[in-house]
Formats: sequence, C-alpha cells, structure tokens
Amino acid sequence: MRRTLPYLWVGFLLSVPLWLHDQYFLHILITTGIFTITAMSLNLLLGFTGQLSLGHVAFFGVGAYTSALASLGFDVHIFGGFRIVHQPWPAVTGFAVGILVAGLCGYAIGKLSFKVREAYFVIVTISFAEVVRLVALNWVELTQGPLALNNIPPFTIGFPGLWEQTLWGKVPNYYAVLAVGAVAHILIRRLVLSRIGRAMVALKENEPLATSLGIDVTRFLVLAAVVSAGIAGAAGGLYAHYIRIIDPDIFLFIYTVTMVIMVVTGGKGTLAGPLVGGIIFGILPVMLRPMATPEAQWIIYGVFMILIVFFLPRGIVPAVQDWWQSKMGVTQAPVDGARTGGRL
Amino acid sequence: MTRHDGSSRAVLSIEQVSVHFGGLVAISDMTFALNQGELLSLIGPNGAGKTTALNVVTGFLRPTKGEVRYRGAALNRLKPHEVANLGLVRTFQKTSVFGMNTVFDNVLIGLHRHGSSSLWETVLALPHVRREEKRLRERAWEILDFVGIDKHAAQLGGALPYGEQRLLEVAVALAAQPTLLLLDEPVSGMNASETASFMKLLGKIRQRGLTVLLVEHNMHMVMSMSDRIVALNYGKIIAEGPPAAIQQDPEVIRAYLGQEVKRA
Repeated sequence: MRRTLPYLWVGFLLSVPLWLHDQYFLHILITTGIFTITAMSLNLLLGFTGQLSLGHVAFFGVGAYTSALASLGFDVHIFGGFRIVHQPWPAVTGFAVGILVAGLCGYAIGKLSFKVREAYFVIVTISFAEVVRLVALNWVELTQGPLALNNIPPFTIGFPGLWEQTLWGKVPNYYAVLAVGAVAHILIRRLVLSRIGRAMVALKENEPLATSLGIDVTRFLVLAAVVSAGIAGAAGGLYAHYIRIIDPDIFLFIYTVTMVIMVVTGGKGTLAGPLVGGIIFGILPVMLRPMATPEAQWIIYGVFMILIVFFLPRGIVPAVQDWWQSKMGVTQAPVDGARTGGRL
Repeated sequence: MTRHDGSSRAVLSIEQVSVHFGGLVAISDMTFALNQGELLSLIGPNGAGKTTALNVVTGFLRPTKGEVRYRGAALNRLKPHEVANLGLVRTFQKTSVFGMNTVFDNVLIGLHRHGSSSLWETVLALPHVRREEKRLRERAWEILDFVGIDKHAAQLGGALPYGEQRLLEVAVALAAQPTLLLLDEPVSGMNASETASFMKLLGKIRQRGLTVLLVEHNMHMVMSMSDRIVALNYGKIIAEGPPAAIQQDPEVIRAYLGQEVKRA
C-alpha cells in the first residue's frame, strides 16, 4: 500500500489536465504547484537543519527576476559611466541562470548562518528579503520598479531545428510545474535519506554531539541553504514565465508566511509534509472564495492553523503515519530490511 | 613520579595548558601525556577542571595558554569537528544522543567519517553511493552488536532506559572511528550492575588497541581499569601515577577524600 501510493499520486496528477477542463482550476493548480515547490525547499532548511528562513520568498523572487531579466535582456548604466547591455537569452537558459543566482544568494546567507543561528538567522533572512525587495522596487532602470516587468517570454523547450514547443497556455505549464516539482522532490529525497541528510538532522538535533563526531556545521548548513535557495529560485523562474509579469510585490512577507504554514501544518522534517500542506493551503482559498470574503478567509486560515498546531503539533503527515502504524501494528521494516543489507 | 616516563610513545601531550574564564582559573599550567594504548583517568573533586581539560583537548574550548598536540599535530586552533577528524572522539558528561532518531540511525550518524559521497554523487544516486550506504549499514550493525544494544536498534534514542542510553553514546562515539576515546563520566548515575557491564565493554574496547582518556568519579572503576591516574584539584595536577600510588598519595587523600576521613 505504502509503496504504491506515490505512483498512484503521480498517475493521478498526470491525468488531471485530461479530465479537468476548467482553466481557472488549472491555473490554481499551477500556482499551488509552484508554491508547493517553494514549501519543499523551505522544508529542507526548516525541517531538516532546523533553521527558519523567514526570507525564503527572496530566493523565489531572485529566481523569478533573474530568469525574467535574462530572457528579456536589459541595458543599465552603473557608476562610472559604464553600461551593461544584455541581449535576451532563451527562457530556459534564463531559468537555469535564475536557479544559479538564487543558489549563490543561498550560499551567502548560509555562510552568515555560520556565525548567527536560530533567532539571528531568522532576522538575517528577513532583512535579506527586504533588501532584495527594495532593490527590485527602486532600481527602476533594471527592474522597472513598481511598473513591473512584463511580456516575459514563456518557456520554449526542445532541440533547435528538430522539434520545438513553446509553453503557451495552462496545460503545458501544468506539466512543466509537475516535472520541476518531481525533480525537486527526488533531489530532496535522495539528499535527506543520505549521509548528507543525516548530518543535517544531526546538527538540528544535537549540534555539540554532531561536531564531536566530525560533522562540519558550516559545510552542511551552507549546502542545505544553497540547495534550498536553488529550488526556490526554480519555482520563481516557473512563476515568472507562466504569469509573464512580475513586480516587487512577489517579495511580500505574506508569501513566506504561506510557505511556513504549508510546511508546519503538513509536517516539517517529513518528505510528504510540504506536499500535503501545499495542496491544502493552495486549494483552500479557492474552496472558501464563494463562501467567504477575503478577510473572513484569512480568519479561517488562522483558525485552521491554530487548530492544527494545537492538536497535531508535528503536523498532519506524522499524525497520519502514527495513526496508520497503530492501526497496522508497529512494523520495523526499515531496520529489518537494513539488517539483511536491503535497499535504501 | 612517572610523569615523563615513556614520553617517546606519547600520542597526546598537554603542555603547560591554562584556561581562564575571566578571573577564574579553571586550569593552571597543566602538563601530562597519554601513551599509545593506555587508559589514563583524570580524577578530582567537582570543579577541579576535569571536563574543562576534556573540552580543551577536543576543541570545544580554546586554552588561554599552552599547547595540545596529538600525534605531532597541534590541536589549539582546530574546531571540534576537525579534532574529531584526527581521531579524537569524546562523549559528554550529560547524556547526549540524537533523541528523535532510532538507535540504528544514531550509529549511522556516528559513521559520518566513514562516508565520502559528495552532493552531486548523492543527488545522482551513483552506484557507489548505494554501495557506501550498504557498507555503512553493515558497519552500524557490527557496532550495535559489539556494544550489545542491537536488540534496541528500532527504538528512538531518547526512549531508551538511562543505562542503555549511555551505551548508545559509546556506540555512537565508536562509530566515529576514534584512535583516542575521551569518556566524560560514562557511568555516573548507573547502578552497580550497569557499571559492571560498562566496565566489561570498556575492557573490550581496550582490546582493540584504543587509547582512552577517562574522566570519572567512580573510584572502583577508575582504580581497577586505569593504567595511570592524573589527580586534579583547583585546576592543578596534584598527583600522577599508577592506581596503587595514587591511593596512597597524601595530597590526593587530603584533597579528594580528606574531609570524609576527618569525619570518620
């Protein structure tokens, strides 16, 4: 049952555009997917290394802006009369550059976290997000400021000359989000189930003991921050080329809060947690829209969040796992499998 | 005194180390050496500076003065994980395990130093990453068997009874492949039978040729297991020698047992 569940899920998600023809719902699913990817990336930091990044939207935004600017091109003057002219690149190249730049930002923030941890790390990340937002707002020559970057080209995939497909419309973008989400999930899964992931968890649980065993704190925090930021940057790139217009409002704090809510309610430190949380908090607003005004919706969110934190403090996924185990009787399959040298 | 005996075989040397916390002198001018394969105990009343000495050796504290060397390498400027990578692995005075991980995973984390797969290799799931993982898991079982807590493998580290938790600490430390094992009051809080089985385990560990630095209050264990003892009081070495000599040493009796003798 537990083995086949992921495949059933993938099959179900692949089939959605075949029977769901409502464009609005498809749009909701795409944005939900993008936000779920950012929640997955936040979970790598928050759930596995225990560091709360409250500026996570910055990596998302940096990815979105970099990808958009790389594929739109720009012409800016910098001090000393220098000019930087950038000719437009294909959207897919921009996407890759966006991941890279977001990852570099993650590297810088991760290096800082060597000296500052926990509350200070939270402050550093919030400040970083605010600085990036102010740059996006005020460097009008580059980012158009509040006028927004528009006409961002959609993705074109394929081999030049052989076969090409531009991702216009909802269905191709839905599959693009699904593909990036799957890659991100596999990447995070491989990482956290490995020796590297164990080192991260060790740092979260007991740092002095971890260092006494030869685990380099800085190295693994930076590594987690880079991967996390890179994945958030990828989500930003998807967003930019799907919505095709971005403004400095994508750096709003509320988006980070949404990511944190997704991770915490789903179950931080579990692989399925952000997926469950992402889907609930992506779909919930749509379900509530006909019934409640936006203000009432926020109140319902809040109540829902408090209820979950109060009754299921570790999140939905661990609670369901516990319930499942108590129902099926405690199984110790993972360890028994390992004893005979079984697979991971 | 045997202070400088066998210094040619010395693997760890602590030379004129002082540690000051503001105005408080935690350790002053401490010099001693540990020989290959030896079990040396640090004893002394509470606050004598035993744990501080351990923290200096393992990089958790920087000495104010002096030098610590392990097999020729200076440890003063190294961070704890770098010290660990030279083969010096410690346990902590207060029980310290990864409580939310299973016993098996605790040991797997301890085996960190045995692995070498990089980020890219891990993400691409290259075949040798899988082989390494299999090797680590087999090694983890060996260590659990050796320490005798294999039947608890699937339990959470934090859910173990106290005695077993202390054994798990040693298992985790052994997993990190020490050449010098530093134990900080490993049997404190254990009952007599738990202590006895711990001493048996320590004997087994020594048969593997590990050098051990033991900080302990349990005199029965210290006297029966140590090759040599260094006695501290107020941050100073007051005596050094084999157990029999330490038991007779008037300084030690005065500092360590003095009041009780008077009362009796």
